Amino acid sequence: MDISYYLYLSAILFTIGAVGVVIRRNAIVMFMCIELMLNAANLAFVTFARINGNLEGQMVAFFTMVVAACEVVVGLAIIVMIYRSRRSASVDDASLLRR
Amino acid sequence: MESTITLTSNTLLYFVALPLFSSALLLLLGRRADRWGHILATAVAGATFVLGLIELLAMVGRDEYSRAIHQKVFTWISVGSFQVDAALLLDQLSICFVLLITGVGTLIHIYSIAYMAEDPDRRRFFAYLNLFIAAMLLLVLGDSFLNLYVGWEGVGLASYLLIGFWNKKAEYATAAKKAFVANRVGDLGLSIAIMIAFAVFGTVTFKGIEEQAESASQAAMVAIGLMLLLAAAGKSAQFPLQSWLGDAMAGPTPVSALIHAATMVTAGVYLIVRSNFIFDNAPTAQFVVVLVGAITLIFGAIIGMAKDDIKKALAASTMSQIGYMVLAAGLGPIGYAFAIMHLLTHGFFKAGLFLGAGSVMHGMNDEVNMRRYGGLARYMPITTVTFGLGYLAIIGVPPFAGFYSKDKIIEAAFNLGGSKGIIFGSLTLLGAVITAFYMTRVFMMTFLGKKRWSDDAHPHESPFLMWGPMVLLAIGSIASGFLLYSGKRLEYWLKPVVDKHGHSHEEFLSHSTVTTLALSAVVIGVVIAIAKYRSEIPSTAPDKVSIFTKVARRDLLQDDFNEAVLMRPGQGLTKVLVATDEKVIDGGVRVVAGAALGSARGLRSIQSGYVRNYALLILLGVAVLIGAIWVITA
Repeated sequence: MDISYYLYLSAILFTIGAVGVVIRRNAIVMFMCIELMLNAANLAFVTFARINGNLEGQMVAFFTMVVAACEVVVGLAIIVMIYRSRRSASVDDASLLRR
Repeated sequence: MESTITLTSNTLLYFVALPLFSSALLLLLGRRADRWGHILATAVAGATFVLGLIELLAMVGRDEYSRAIHQKVFTWISVGSFQVDAALLLDQLSICFVLLITGVGTLIHIYSIAYMAEDPDRRRFFAYLNLFIAAMLLLVLGDSFLNLYVGWEGVGLASYLLIGFWNKKAEYATAAKKAFVANRVGDLGLSIAIMIAFAVFGTVTFKGIEEQAESASQAAMVAIGLMLLLAAAGKSAQFPLQSWLGDAMAGPTPVSALIHAATMVTAGVYLIVRSNFIFDNAPTAQFVVVLVGAITLIFGAIIGMAKDDIKKALAASTMSQIGYMVLAAGLGPIGYAFAIMHLLTHGFFKAGLFLGAGSVMHGMNDEVNMRRYGGLARYMPITTVTFGLGYLAIIGVPPFAGFYSKDKIIEAAFNLGGSKGIIFGSLTLLGAVITAFYMTRVFMMTFLGKKRWSDDAHPHESPFLMWGPMVLLAIGSIASGFLLYSGKRLEYWLKPVVDKHGHSHEEFLSHSTVTTLALSAVVIGVVIAIAKYRSEIPSTAPDKVSIFTKVARRDLLQDDFNEAVLMRPGQGLTKVLVATDEKVIDGGVRVVAGAALGSARGLRSIQSGYVRNYALLILLGVAVLIGAIWVITA
């Protein structure tokens, strides 16, 4: 199996994530889309590491996982707080910064 | 030219310091000084007069060329080659002024004690009077143009404060402002003259300039002379800056006496005579001085004929008499002494006339319209006699003071020679006719004829504190002319200052011819006035008068001229400038601000506040960046 298929898969996953962030309004769904994009990037890193035969890509993948974990902690906390105060997880309702 | 020796002294400062200190004290202590303020101020004025007398006696005791004394008070400015000391100089010319200022000034102080007795602000009034005396003394004692300038400005300030003393009335405050503004125009002339003098001579002291005066360029001398003349015209109410003098009558009457006799208006004549070394070397400027004097003396006399307000008639008369002095001062070395002589005699009789007018007003509920007087001689005998003596002196009846001084000016004007001499001589003669006419008119309307006042006026003689000074001034009006004239006393006295080279002049008309002419001029004026005002005088000014009378009543349209030529265009210019400021300068700023605001408004619409929009923008940005990198590397 051609190794470049992994890259195609990564690109498709990233695109699905990006489109999801842009068109969905539910904060949880947007959040999962962001995770999808991060993991698409991870898949690309690992694939490149495999192609080049060294460990640098895999190392960066670990970094990304740590960052994603932190992001989940902070992001979920924010979403929970917003949901508690507004009874809604729609990001369009939280547009107060504009005013 | 003999060399003059200048002695040093350390007493001159007291002349300025004493009244200045007293003035400051009265102003700072405020109401606490109310009970004794007027006494202190009068005592200080008297003390400076005594000091002046002592200096005069000491001066007479020294020989002709070592009479001047000089005191350096401190180094004022020391910048490179520009050295100015705050220094005082008392010479034969200054002492005349010092004695006039302090002598007449003291009498006016005494008079004011009674005249201002009812005024709650009498202490402030006396503080200003002392300030006036101090400033005027500094003016005549300064040894350089810059020191003179300080006194000059001080006089302007004091006159402003005094003319507007009753500033609760808006028109009085306006009159003070008018006097101040007209004086500022003159002050500008003086400051320009000082600047030119420094640029040309590198010094501003009288002595320093005098030493270089003869070698200086003609253009510079004429420029300095004309600027000095502008300054003198402002202070001395000469054409074309004379319009403030009539309105300055808004101040209390003693102020008018002080401004017209002892201080202020004499400053211009002093400036011209003091700058004799400049005018003697600038014949063009000198001729303009004569011209201005001649115009003003006729101008003032014509206004004097038309005024029904006793103070304004006297003010116009001052203008005219100062015109005589300026004309004399413009005649050069032959005229300076006569200008000063007329100034001194005028100081006596004009102060006496003004104090007399004040005394009449005091007895007549502050009425100033002469058509509401009449027949006051019976009720105010002392005022009538003292005013009458002043009247005889001003029109030039022998042996009163004005006869000697005015006669000499007329003679000197004729002695200019040629057509100039005839023109200016005739103008001075014409002035004498008109003077005799309007002064007779004033005297007859006030003291003679039937009574025309309303029943609530109770004319009475003024208290001793008021008629005492009037009597002393009347004595001066009788004697001063003869004393100064006999044996050419004043001429010889002033010679070391104003006529160092001993100019001689040929006589164009003999002395007796001029005297005859002058006396017939007086008789003509008096006879016309008697013929015209012997009959009943209507108690309101008649409306059906010739255009000439109407114009004269309006100060020969001087105010209208100023308004049309200076004020309205000035206002127009201001309006244009304001519009330019608002439309062009502010408008430009507004356009820039509006552009920033508009673009910000446009850009704001991007900030929707929706997370998905921001996310899309980030995505697009990344896509663009990657595209850019791809294009560059490929």
